[in-house]
Amino acid sequence: MTATSSTAAGPTGLGNARIGVVTFPGTLDDRDTQRAIRLAGGEAVELWHRDKDLKQVDAVVLAGGFSYGDYLRAGAISRFSPVMEMIIEGARQGLPVLGICNGFQILTESHLLPGAMLRNNHLHFICRDQRLRVENADTAWTNSYEAGQEISIPLKNIDGRYVADERTLDELEAEGRVAFRYLGMNPNGSLRDIAGITNAAGNVVGLMPHPEHAVEPLIGTGRTDGLGFFTSVLKQLVSA
Amino acid sequence: MARVVVDVMLKPEILDPQGQAVHRALPRLGFEGIADVRQGKRFELEVEGPLDDAALARIHEMAETFLANTVIEDFTVRVDS
Amino acid sequence: MTLDTVKHAEQTPDAEQPWAELGLKPDEYARIREILGRRPTGAELAMYSVMWSEHCSYKSSKVHLRQFGEKAPANDAMLVGIGENAGVVDVGQGYAVTFKVESHNHPSYVEPYQGAATGVGGIVRDILAMGARPVAVVDPLRFGAADHPDTKRVLPGVVAGIGGYGNCLGLPNIGGEVVFDACYQGNPLVNAGCIGVMKHEDIHLAKASGAGNKVILYGARTGGDGIGGVSVLASETFDDAKPAKRPAVQVGDPFQEKLLIECTLEIFAEKLVAGIQDLGGAGLSCATSELASAGSGGMRVELDTVPLRDSSLSPEEILMSESQERMCAIVEPDKADRFLEICEKWDVIATVIGEVTDGSQLEIFWHGEQIVDVPPRSVAHDGPVYERPYARPEWQDALQADDAAKLPRPATGDGLRAQVLQLVSSPNQASKAWVTDQYDRFVQGNTVLAQPEDSGMVRIDPDTNLGVAIATDGNGRYAKLDPYTGAQLALAESYRNVAATGARPLAVSDCLNFGSPEDPAVMWQFAEATRGLADGCLALGTPVTGGNVSLYNQTGDTAIHPTPVVAVLGVIDDVSRRTPVAFAEEGQLIYLLGDTKEELGGSAWSQVVHGHLGGLPPKVDLEREKLLAEILISASRDGMVDAAHDLSDGGLIQALAESCLRGGKGARIVVPDGLDPFVFLFSESAGRAIVAVPRSEEVRFNDMCGARGLPAARIGVIDGTDITVQDQFTLPLAELREAHESTIPSLLT
Repeated sequence: MTATSSTAAGPTGLGNARIGVVTFPGTLDDRDTQRAIRLAGGEAVELWHRDKDLKQVDAVVLAGGFSYGDYLRAGAISRFSPVMEMIIEGARQGLPVLGICNGFQILTESHLLPGAMLRNNHLHFICRDQRLRVENADTAWTNSYEAGQEISIPLKNIDGRYVADERTLDELEAEGRVAFRYLGMNPNGSLRDIAGITNAAGNVVGLMPHPEHAVEPLIGTGRTDGLGFFTSVLKQLVSA
Repeated sequence: MARVVVDVMLKPEILDPQGQAVHRALPRLGFEGIADVRQGKRFELEVEGPLDDAALARIHEMAETFLANTVIEDFTVRVDS
Repeated sequence: MTLDTVKHAEQTPDAEQPWAELGLKPDEYARIREILGRRPTGAELAMYSVMWSEHCSYKSSKVHLRQFGEKAPANDAMLVGIGENAGVVDVGQGYAVTFKVESHNHPSYVEPYQGAATGVGGIVRDILAMGARPVAVVDPLRFGAADHPDTKRVLPGVVAGIGGYGNCLGLPNIGGEVVFDACYQGNPLVNAGCIGVMKHEDIHLAKASGAGNKVILYGARTGGDGIGGVSVLASETFDDAKPAKRPAVQVGDPFQEKLLIECTLEIFAEKLVAGIQDLGGAGLSCATSELASAGSGGMRVELDTVPLRDSSLSPEEILMSESQERMCAIVEPDKADRFLEICEKWDVIATVIGEVTDGSQLEIFWHGEQIVDVPPRSVAHDGPVYERPYARPEWQDALQADDAAKLPRPATGDGLRAQVLQLVSSPNQASKAWVTDQYDRFVQGNTVLAQPEDSGMVRIDPDTNLGVAIATDGNGRYAKLDPYTGAQLALAESYRNVAATGARPLAVSDCLNFGSPEDPAVMWQFAEATRGLADGCLALGTPVTGGNVSLYNQTGDTAIHPTPVVAVLGVIDDVSRRTPVAFAEEGQLIYLLGDTKEELGGSAWSQVVHGHLGGLPPKVDLEREKLLAEILISASRDGMVDAAHDLSDGGLIQALAESCLRGGKGARIVVPDGLDPFVFLFSESAGRAIVAVPRSEEVRFNDMCGARGLPAARIGVIDGTDITVQDQFTLPLAELREAHESTIPSLLT
């Protein structure tokens, strides 16, 4: 069973959309992400790093954390897990994939997204409420937002400095693939204030800040600006 | 058992704040005359069996695909005698 | 070297043994010989020496700690009390919460990053071993003077270690303290607390019973970490002349710990363990002897089956090793396969190292030869108990007579304004965001409140909104002036902080940080503080569920201020009713609750402006604290206040500044009739809080305070972008913010 066939089957309603959340050894935000998916109206499906099938999910989230302790490089070991082979293949055929924080690092290590993440320029872990601008509202994970919309969601990492060579950066800018940019203080030295990017097809999106921590008015920063990521993909799956 | 050393360094154009932090600390500690510091990783591989060209080629491939991220890092492979 | 077997020990009764080097006293060694009826083997000597150390046996503090049990208030919520890894309280809806605060002081001075990191790891395993999922951590920290060069080494390392380890475990860091005082130079206090949640039926205890049950060691391999760390590192005064007394501290692997947590929770969920114990100080010596002692007594361990990181370790070293991220479980034979299978799923190494026997001895073998044959209780619980002499120090009277009331005070509004800025920008009163922003406070998606709120609060049931709150407080300056009152002030502040957020205080854990118990003055401080805390807990109805004692925090003859740190746990039925500190709505009325007297002894003002410590600390009125808490909780539940902030060090002006800065709104304040403006702003009288009352609730709120007899004075209104104290001064928020927020970054970067 490949991921593409289940995407093609498509959900018949929001509640039927199955979104997989991968747990690697050391993943931390998997349960939070599952809750965010349920709050958005989807069905959250647990995926384990050793799984060799994707349980017919319609989309996948690689959640934050420190998979394999961030040893070697953040995301470098997870990238070679069995479940990632399936996800990489699915992503190339249109499966919506969102990488949050460590998940973004795994996506760049997998070369599904260009560039890499390095140690923050100030060398500290930083946890703060971060303002962002949604630069591209046409991806599978951002279509609930307006282009140019400002949102505020938590940022928490130590390896969050996005780097890529100038040519790649220019290409990303020209193709509208910078999905999110930091507003106010650049929290980690990311080039061109890049907080997140998308692939050309718009199905694979990665960002360092954590939308799943901004989905309930009572919890965390008290804002729900992150819920749109999850409603976006559900909308996309319904209309697909 | 033969030992192969893989050194992984950030590419010269990539900012290395850890190296810079070390560099800034040197004068404070009384170490003068160091123009720059860059920090990298060293892997020591204990190789089973003969260390022939095929084995070295495998190690090179390992370094390129796994030990280093060639988007940001360069690496060197050498046999430790 | 020949193996020192039990048989060999019997044959060589007069062999020289290094008991003194291992920290044992002559009478302690004699007692071991008496228990065994022969000389101990090397392995036995290692076990007794670590288990009978101050750190593990509480031999100096035990006689005083008994009060926490003897004076414990009747409390139906207490499910597991003192003596287990951590106490457990009932928080309703079938949930139980376990929490504890521990010290990792000495290791954090030697190696700040790893010392602090492994402190977090240790307390988290304690909580896990009770059967609970850890849900939050807190870190009360104390360092030397903020501008001392060594603070620049210790503090960033400690903070990075706590963050590096805790963030990697996925535990939100929701509270704690950062305090600077020259008395902690060379003896920083790194206390770490953790809260865990479980259902009542999931409580697990550390005991080994049922002959034939397997003893399974799982987690990291055993290496040479911190060997003798317990006896030497945690129980002796640092002495610069003897660097050999500072062995390498343990190195933590948070990734391994995260796997251990998830693996253990899955094992609990399938009900696979009969007893469980984490490996912390004293490693396998502690785990095997405590498990066996709490069970039927008999246990047989094949020590050579322990997976090693360093194959050259001797049996004594394996028994003493403090390698991190290890647990020991007692498992029925027919469940062992499934247990090992779950460990394999999580890539956790697990090994059957022995089994429970129907005997009464703990027997340990090394390649078939017996090297330990001891009654486990004699190792784990029958350590020496000392009635250390104590005496009120002769300098205490002079210290208390040196009244802070005589210190010069500002005479004008401009003078007050200048000292307000001096206060809020001083290291102790300044914003600690530089520290707390290095901790993940959002992970797990249940954080309702985190620092700098009065207490940290997490939701434990997303369906019902049930939550728990925790605050930790301590004030060594108060305790130095009067240890009995100082301990009660720490308790009262922590209790008040929990109530200020709307939660009902339920139970207490403590971390008692003191100097050398061999100094009668220190022992008096300890005796007074424990008496004060036990009396205070009885009066407030909040039992001590467990805690930790850290002694020998001194350099040469100079001890730290006596520093009892008190954690209060509270419960809130609906976290949507929580009260934050931020003054966010213009037009809301600011009320001061409680009585303000002229109380400046040990105050932040006396320290910041005059570098003074003397007089008496503020008086404690625990009945008033209870009343204040009831009002704060009722007001939160019934929506009568939108913000609340407890008053403690720095007095009213400090609390007001924090509430205004947090909400981004100013305030117009009027000094109440009959109060001196200076006393109004800077006094540290206990039992007080400020609250923001919506105008629509004013009558109801006033009626409630009046009916219950709590003084409540309307002192102003939330308004504009300045803090204005009428007839005295005006302070723009921007200027206040700059003063408050720039201090710590400029000191540490």
